[in-house]
Amino acid sequence: MRRLLWLSVVAAVAIAYPLLLSSPFQQRLGALVLLYAIAASAWNIVGGYAGQVSVGHVVFFGCGAYAAMGSYAKFGLSPLFGIPGGIVLAVVLAAIVGVPTLRLSGHYFSMATIAVAETMRLIVTNTDYLGAAVGLSGPTVPRNIFDLSFLSSLPYYYLFLVILAITLLITWWMANSRMGFYLRAIKDSERAARSLGAPASRTKLYAFMLSAALTSVAGALYAMMFGFVDPESGLGILISVKILIMAALGGAGLLFGPLVGAAILVPLEEISNSWLGGKGAGLTFVVYGAIIVLIARFQPGGILSLFKRRGKPGVDTGASHAP
Amino acid sequence: MSFVLVQVIVGGLLLGAVYALFSSGLTLVWGMMNIVNFAHGDFVMLGMYVAYVVYTLMGGGPILGAPLATLVLATLGVVVYFALIRDIMKGPMLAQILGTFGLALLLRYSVFWWFGANFLSMPQDIVGGTYAFAGLRIEASRLLAGVVALLVTFGLHLLLTRTSLGSKMLAVAEDATAAQLMGIRPDTMQAIAWAIAAGATGLAGALIANFFYIVPTVGETLAIVAFVTVSLGGFGSVPGALVAGLLIGVIESLSGYLIGAVYKDIVVYVLFLFFLWFRPQGLMGKM
Repeated sequence: MRRLLWLSVVAAVAIAYPLLLSSPFQQRLGALVLLYAIAASAWNIVGGYAGQVSVGHVVFFGCGAYAAMGSYAKFGLSPLFGIPGGIVLAVVLAAIVGVPTLRLSGHYFSMATIAVAETMRLIVTNTDYLGAAVGLSGPTVPRNIFDLSFLSSLPYYYLFLVILAITLLITWWMANSRMGFYLRAIKDSERAARSLGAPASRTKLYAFMLSAALTSVAGALYAMMFGFVDPESGLGILISVKILIMAALGGAGLLFGPLVGAAILVPLEEISNSWLGGKGAGLTFVVYGAIIVLIARFQPGGILSLFKRRGKPGVDTGASHAP
Repeated sequence: MSFVLVQVIVGGLLLGAVYALFSSGLTLVWGMMNIVNFAHGDFVMLGMYVAYVVYTLMGGGPILGAPLATLVLATLGVVVYFALIRDIMKGPMLAQILGTFGLALLLRYSVFWWFGANFLSMPQDIVGGTYAFAGLRIEASRLLAGVVALLVTFGLHLLLTRTSLGSKMLAVAEDATAAQLMGIRPDTMQAIAWAIAAGATGLAGALIANFFYIVPTVGETLAIVAFVTVSLGGFGSVPGALVAGLLIGVIESLSGYLIGAVYKDIVVYVLFLFFLWFRPQGLMGKM
């Protein structure tokens, strides 16, 4: 009951935010928080719930972004039509990477995901069809509403809010399904889970593919909002890093962890960029690095895990408890 | 075989020896503590910048820069071990990966912030000119880097297999509790391992700084090279890292020459994924 109350408060604040704080900067900030929250929530499925730390998630982000922009730039269709293609691409790629590496210890998985992301970035940077280093652009002037090209950030804000709600709903449903129980068991002890008959490799792979599909949607939305994608913004390793840090800061393996992380880090980055200008880009990532080191060292469960003890232990989320 | 091809292969071997040097640091830490240092490439990057600073401030070449970089990085390794690694080692996987990855970002962007994103380089003749030998032309800086790296990597292998320090370290790697019962301090041994591993990256960085481009993000590429080398050579194996490092140096040079410079990294990364698919225990190692 209390949780339902909290949930409606959060929902009400999220719906009212861009109407109360209605300057273009604030609306854009809100939209960006939601966008990164979608990507980080998607990462959370495999990184938090399944405990498999993907450092190359940007590759799925890029699948979505390039598919969305490609469907406009190559076929003259609305970027929306690229979304299913991006999802298929991301899921297939996830299977190719996941099948061999998810059998191995988690380090291999992390390294493999980095290598895949960097390989894709290098290939795309050298592929003229995909715009090489320049990238692909979306519609400059919207032909109709389906081009999803708006001047104001407000429509994006509500679109992202709906997608985030769907993402969280899927995550919640997954966490409480048989798959969620398997994942929690595997994360605690894969050997024990296997010996009790949980199909470990398959479950981790499904989580990875689901996460890839949702990340691809986030990538497509990102490209639509910014109107273009290039190898750095669509496939750069720093996007992976941002996604991962947001989820880990808020609380990996907790439903609302990624949203909390995004709500802290996105404003931090936007403000430091607008204050420090170009020089700020380096400093922002120094701060990011310091934050991750501190979380890893002192609070690997993330900020939300601080509050968790007060509630009923072990409800619904399968938080990462330090052993 | 044409001379050019021989030239390319020799160049690859010399660079590969440096890859072997810094990768043996990664494989040592990985084999001993089962922790992957995602900041390893950025340690090499720091070694390069130390050498660069030594050159710009004091005008010193590698004779001064290499030992200093080794020392600075070895110290950093010990600090990192006691401040971070010792605690996250016992923590969950997420903490281990986040911890060293965060460290990588912290180092990379501190350097970025301080030195800027520009490509820096050392003067071409800092070590000496170019030698002509039986029709091959070899830059002195590359020759120095290759030979020193080869010797040090081999020395590291001897240290681990032939000395009592090496035996103690292997004992800790095998079973830290049992080693402790035999009067070996795991903490000290692991700190020494970090000093050696980081010192090796410092030396490697100072050696390649003489002919490589120096840029804050170079660590990312080098980290992947180290991962490939370690996964190819089998984790925990210094001889494996040596063979794999040389092999990757040659493969990289050959693909750069035959297919094109932009594709040489892609070839190495794809090779890595291929190995993860089919032979995750590496060429020589066992799981």
